[in-house]
Amino acid sequence: MSETLPADGLLGWSWLLIALPLAGAAVLLLGGRRTDRWGHLLGTATVGAAFLLALLCTVQLAGQDGTPADVELFTFIATGELDVTAGLLFDPLSAVFVLLITGVGSLIHVYSIGYMAHDPGRRRFFAYLNLFVAAMLLLVLGNSFVALYVGWEGVGLASYLLIAFWYTRPGAATAAKKAFIMNRVGDVGLALAIFIMFAQLGTTSYAGVFGSVGTLAGGTITAIGLLLLLGACGKSGQFPLQAWLPDAMEGPTPVSALIHAATMVTAGVYLIARSAPIYDLTPTARAVVLAVGALTLLIGAIAGCAYDDIKKVLAYSTVSQIGYMFLAVGLGPAGYVAGLAHLLTHGFFKAGLFLGAGSVMHAMDDQVDMRRFGGLWNKLPVTFATFGLGYLALIGFPFLSGYYTKDAIIEAAFDRADVWGWLLGGVAILGAGLTAFYMTRLMLMTFFGRRRWTEGQHPHEAPAVMTVPMILLALGSIGAGFVLVVATPLADWLEPVFGPPEEAAHAIPPVVVAAIVTGVAAIGVLAAWLFVGRREVPVTAPVRVSPVTRAARHALYADAVNESLFMRPGQWLTRALVWVDNRGVDGAVNGLAAGLGGSSSRLGRAQTGFVRTYALGMLGGAVVVAGALLAVTAG
Amino acid sequence: MSDFPWLLAMIAVPAVGAAVVAALPRERALLAKQVALGVGLVVLLLAVLTTLAFDAGGPRFQLTTSVPWIPDFGSDFALGVDGIALVMVLLVGVLVPLVVAASWHEADAGPRPVRVFFAWLLLLEAMMVGVFVATDVLLFYVFFEAMLVPMYFLIGSFGGPRRQYAAVKFFVYSLVGGLVMLASVIGLYVVSAAVLGEGTFAFDTLTRIDIDPDVQRLLFLGFFIAFAIKAPLVPFHTWLPDSGAEAPVGGAVLLVGVLDKVGTFGFIRYCLPLFPDASRFYAPFVLVLAVVGILYAALLAMGQSDMKRLVSYTSISHFGFIALGIFAFTIEAGTGAVLYMVNHGLATGLLFLVVGMLIARGGSRRIADYGGVAAKAPLLAGAFLVAGLASLALPGTGSFVSEFLVLIGSFPERPVFTVLATLGIILAALYVLLMYQRTMHGPARGVLLQEDPAEPLPEGGGATATATLTTPRRTLRVADLGRRELTVVAPLVALILVLGVYPQPLIDLIEPAVVATLDDMGASGGTDR
Repeated sequence: MSETLPADGLLGWSWLLIALPLAGAAVLLLGGRRTDRWGHLLGTATVGAAFLLALLCTVQLAGQDGTPADVELFTFIATGELDVTAGLLFDPLSAVFVLLITGVGSLIHVYSIGYMAHDPGRRRFFAYLNLFVAAMLLLVLGNSFVALYVGWEGVGLASYLLIAFWYTRPGAATAAKKAFIMNRVGDVGLALAIFIMFAQLGTTSYAGVFGSVGTLAGGTITAIGLLLLLGACGKSGQFPLQAWLPDAMEGPTPVSALIHAATMVTAGVYLIARSAPIYDLTPTARAVVLAVGALTLLIGAIAGCAYDDIKKVLAYSTVSQIGYMFLAVGLGPAGYVAGLAHLLTHGFFKAGLFLGAGSVMHAMDDQVDMRRFGGLWNKLPVTFATFGLGYLALIGFPFLSGYYTKDAIIEAAFDRADVWGWLLGGVAILGAGLTAFYMTRLMLMTFFGRRRWTEGQHPHEAPAVMTVPMILLALGSIGAGFVLVVATPLADWLEPVFGPPEEAAHAIPPVVVAAIVTGVAAIGVLAAWLFVGRREVPVTAPVRVSPVTRAARHALYADAVNESLFMRPGQWLTRALVWVDNRGVDGAVNGLAAGLGGSSSRLGRAQTGFVRTYALGMLGGAVVVAGALLAVTAG
Repeated sequence: MSDFPWLLAMIAVPAVGAAVVAALPRERALLAKQVALGVGLVVLLLAVLTTLAFDAGGPRFQLTTSVPWIPDFGSDFALGVDGIALVMVLLVGVLVPLVVAASWHEADAGPRPVRVFFAWLLLLEAMMVGVFVATDVLLFYVFFEAMLVPMYFLIGSFGGPRRQYAAVKFFVYSLVGGLVMLASVIGLYVVSAAVLGEGTFAFDTLTRIDIDPDVQRLLFLGFFIAFAIKAPLVPFHTWLPDSGAEAPVGGAVLLVGVLDKVGTFGFIRYCLPLFPDASRFYAPFVLVLAVVGILYAALLAMGQSDMKRLVSYTSISHFGFIALGIFAFTIEAGTGAVLYMVNHGLATGLLFLVVGMLIARGGSRRIADYGGVAAKAPLLAGAFLVAGLASLALPGTGSFVSEFLVLIGSFPERPVFTVLATLGIILAALYVLLMYQRTMHGPARGVLLQEDPAEPLPEGGGATATATLTTPRRTLRVADLGRRELTVVAPLVALILVLGVYPQPLIDLIEPAVVATLDDMGASGGTDR
């Protein structure tokens, strides 16, 4: 991090990465209906162009051996000792994210052309999607915590707008609000962390903060780390702020794929990885990151086993997989690269899975209940094949993407070689088994078994504009892990950011870990087959179920806890305060004023007696004046 | 260019304009509106030219004019602007023409003549400019009190059903505050006479005399109570929801957007430099009021069923942020607080205007009477959302910059208060999004549902508004923003976004005045830059 180059060549133009999609959004929003016919094409083109630019920038960055480029744009806020420059930092870490965002973003824009073809709000959809890409790129490209914060809340807005895209549905409107509010809770943490940085270090830029954070007291660093983590938990749907993410599935499916699976929800991982110089100094905060990751990966996996809504299962899977990433970056230098590699492969296969789910919904008249699917494999062959590859990648089928990246995390956990390492590794393996279970259950209920469709449904494969992005993402599901971990190691690319990769002394040989993980996953698959594949799936969910199942169906009662701890007391408090303000505060002042006026209902009765009040007021004022004069002369 | 009496012109033009409008025959209502709009635009032009004539790096008070006024009291008709006053005058200049345009039909149906409404509006503008540019304490006090009169009549004559109650309440509260301040103004004169041998009301001179700390505390209270009522801070706030709700929309915009800022302007212009020791002494107490106000008013906003009352309560919450920034005594927070005054004027102004446009369509102020409006009036919904997001200080809007500056600038000095205040950003998201969701999202419901879908639409566009939304028998029928309304909304939206991305020019105007204020009070950090 220490050395940066002034941005020349293409890197000097990297602000265009943000400006292009932003301009697209502006044109679509301001252009109104005039842009209805070609708006979606413009939206897609701007993101595609940003992807090409990102590729060229990355090539240049590789040419200068990954030395970060600092792009100063203009003075954003400068007053007193605060000096916030609007600037970008294009380094290997941000490059990785920029490629993911624009690459997957382009594919999902293309897919959306087909998916949203018949929606009257298509132009608005592409405008919001472009807005999201711009804000997300600002988040990962900003060179200070303030720039990150601006992008951070920007993606929150885009997420709000897109979850509420079909806003006439009460569910969508409520889910959007819930997402925004829970994110704001996290944002408070991020904001406070920034305040501490400014108060203690006098700067908010990455270079300034990372360069001098070592001079702070340990407790302060831990506080910063924990506050940043709170922000990360909000954005990434991690415990205790995970409950908004499954509800966010009310948004159109391409949104779920891009924002609530591949990119935005991984921003928390980015934040922690970016703040590595801070976390490297605070084992306490890092331990909390680990705990949050481990806990969330289990919560997500357990809930994923119980839901019948295909998108919610995938959403809880996302919660769980991001838990893995948190666990990885919580491990410190041993885990940063593993966590980011999993983030990237997850971006491919989870986006692919969501697009596949969208294709299924497209074929089944927007049905999301897996109990009304079944036997779709030969009706939707391309969807089945691409979805199947994503499934295999997610459960860690040998040599597919997830196999490399998830195993790397589990290995890194065991490499801690203490009791915590064993515990975390054990949790991660358990999670892998649960993942295999819920994903196999999803596959069986959706693509296999008896057809439990609603009468009159004739599912058909999606058009090429939708299947081609699915196929490309499926290729990523197959090869991304090998490419990132084995062929062109991500660790080498990120060396300028995280330092040289350590040759860890493996506590358990990687082959053994791989064998155990694969074995546990196989058990999960088998269990799913025993419980779901072998039997008839009832069209309505069974009511008489074990307490465990019931708890899982309620996502371990996260919503119930939030409601009884915050929502209901909040409503009660609000009502009480309204009463107090009307009766108490206002009443007291009115009474006082009326007392001065000599009648208890003077104020209520319009202007009568107004002059008298005025006169009395004057008299009161004169008395005060006299008193003041006396005091002054006496003093 | 600087020889021209810019400031005097900005008071005289609307004052004369008010007289002209008032003198028009009753039936020339349209002409009255046109003159009012013209005068408003001229003042805006003057304000812009004044800003260009102002040298941010120059002496503190510029473009000064001074003529002896009441020589016996040593009081001059003295005008001048520093960066703080200048940005407030700019805000007045921007808001008044927009308010005139937004209120075009406000008084059409009422029993009172249209010209009277616009005459009061212009007189109010003259007083508002005066209160910001006065550099003589007595003159400031006169403008401060005179400002009440046009606002009293705007509320009392052109307001909602409970306008009389609201107007009287507004007047009594303000008057009580004003009288207490008068006592302090006189006290200040007496003190200056004792120190200098000859009494004066000149602001610049008064900031340079040393006042005994005990006397300071007494005089401070007089000013502070008046400003705390005006701003208003909890617990002096209960007049504002009534006034904000009952005032005509244009009046409410100026009331909350500008008039209330006179209170916070007074804190930073008068309380801090005139009574530095007292300011420091009372700061913890003021900060408690500020932070309690932020959270208390935000919770109350959530509990409101009336949209205009809701917006009024959000403003009380925002004024808490401004007070926090001022009484943190740092350059960053002080600059942020002044910037907050401007941004809040734009954001809440827009919010009041848009809420007013919705109320004009449905005839009800109740949130529960609306639902699903976005489907039929996307422009209205979009403007509503921008105003709401600015109110919750989303990055990209000007409000973010000011709120961020207030908080980050207060944190080093007052960490506990700042942490509590920061929780307010969650509550802000709640009250904005709850109101937005209930009125704009969801299925169509409320007063805008009409039985007969064959009826023609009211004027103002909305080509797609004929599509049915729910049951075929009852359809949501609402016109989207018309051209006049768009003309009102668009400049505010643009300003909010521009100041969200590039606020530095305003900061450069404000900062020197804040530094000078902190220097006057010898606060720590005042000489850092």
